Amino acid sequence: MQGARDAAQQAARGSYGRLLSALVGRYRDIAASEDALSEAFLAALRTWPETGVPDNPDAWLYSAARNSLRNLARHQKVMEASAVQLALLHDELAPEESNLPDDRLKLLFVCAHPAIDEGVRTPLMLQTVLGLDAAHIAAAFLVAPATMAQRLVRAKAKIKQARLRFELPTAADMSVRLQDVLDAIYAAYGTSWDAVAGADLGSGELAGEALFLGRLIVELLPGQPEARGLLALMLFCESRRDARRGEDGRFMPLRMQDTRLWSRAMIGEAEKQLITASRAGVFGRYQCEAAIQSLHAQRSLTGVANREALNTLYGLLAARCPGIGVFVGQAAALLDAGEPSHSLAVLDRLVPAEVSSYQPYWVTRAHALSAKGERELAERALQTAIGLTEDVAVRSFLVNSLPGKRATASS
Amino acid sequence: MQYILLLNECAEDFARRDDPAQAATYWGGWSAFIGAMAQAGIIVSGSGLLGPQVATTVRIRDGKRLVQDGPFADTKEQLGGYFVIEVPDLDTALEWAARAPSASGASVEVRPLLPPMPPAAS
Repeated sequence: MQGARDAAQQAARGSYGRLLSALVGRYRDIAASEDALSEAFLAALRTWPETGVPDNPDAWLYSAARNSLRNLARHQKVMEASAVQLALLHDELAPEESNLPDDRLKLLFVCAHPAIDEGVRTPLMLQTVLGLDAAHIAAAFLVAPATMAQRLVRAKAKIKQARLRFELPTAADMSVRLQDVLDAIYAAYGTSWDAVAGADLGSGELAGEALFLGRLIVELLPGQPEARGLLALMLFCESRRDARRGEDGRFMPLRMQDTRLWSRAMIGEAEKQLITASRAGVFGRYQCEAAIQSLHAQRSLTGVANREALNTLYGLLAARCPGIGVFVGQAAALLDAGEPSHSLAVLDRLVPAEVSSYQPYWVTRAHALSAKGERELAERALQTAIGLTEDVAVRSFLVNSLPGKRATASS
Repeated sequence: MQYILLLNECAEDFARRDDPAQAATYWGGWSAFIGAMAQAGIIVSGSGLLGPQVATTVRIRDGKRLVQDGPFADTKEQLGGYFVIEVPDLDTALEWAARAPSASGASVEVRPLLPPMPPAAS
């Protein structure tokens, strides 16, 4: 039942993005195209129950949306000289709806265009490619619905008024521009992912949407290894979703998770993507992070973690893509490999102002200090970590690992 | 579609204009950039400007004219010139902006021009 509903939802999702991208490709106005498309869906709800579902529902919807755009243009004299009007005039000479182009890739690139504010790129993708409404997006990004709606309106107006290019980037620009698209998709998956505390995800509310976009970009750009790297990374993280909480909702860090709860199907799909990606022989941040997750996943088969390989990959990642998250991950890997001094050295090199409110830093620091027998300093770092924790389950896990509580935590 | 490139320069850039040791490189860079735009046939209009030290700002407050020596705001970067160009889209305008010598030392702001006003209804 759930499967059928999911399938229907996926089909509707695919259809929405394709239709909107075709309209935007033709009329270059996202907001007007969205309005026209939602009118077309309303018209379908009115007429299809009586006339039956047409043979080609997408062509019907596209045609209805175009009529709606035409009415809009007629009522708005201001649009007289606009691109929409000109394109509509041209359309009357050559109506061709049986072969709708799939312009979703162009839509993804325009949403993640460098001229668009970074904070609105992901919401814009979710709304235009997947048809999510602003209120739903606002809830996932923890902002007021009106604020999110306003940001989306502003971004769409900029795309139209400043006339951003609705084309695929040139080969020379492709890797830089693709990175922006992939980053925006990953942001939908959850930026608070971290291997250190094993918290992996924030809300995970948009995980399904992010996976849809990840699969879409692989399908549309099959020759790009980093797109596959991102998909693999998200699949590896997602495969552990059910293992992240114990029966009573208790937080389970990575090393304590019951690996039987990891989804073998997702791990298999992720491994396949990663292997295909690696054939290109090009380093990429997402491929490297996915490879790290692949090592964690192998624990479910072998029962032991390959610490040496983990250290190598973290070293590579730290050298190529330095960042707080990467360094803290590297420190945690070193700690697991039984090198607390080395781990602390990595942490000490970070700029205090940048890590002062980064929770995973304090968790890792506490563990490293405690491994070195610096009990008091370790406890103080752990207290800071607790104070910075948002998730209730993670907080109670950390509180239970305070020295006085150790007995109950290990029971 | 028409865009304006607002070419901002920093104090060092303005100083290079009159420094015998650097003037040739400075002006050479600009004339090459402007030459390339001219060759592409995209220039609608434009010009370099004298430095902010000769700027004068006028305001009307309470019906009185206030004239002040200097630019509107004393910021690190000041307008050093502008070009209106005709190109198909923002991406192309940004490509040209990136080639301006001042993009390296300071910045270039790119903005679409207002579309022509529709004829007033009679």
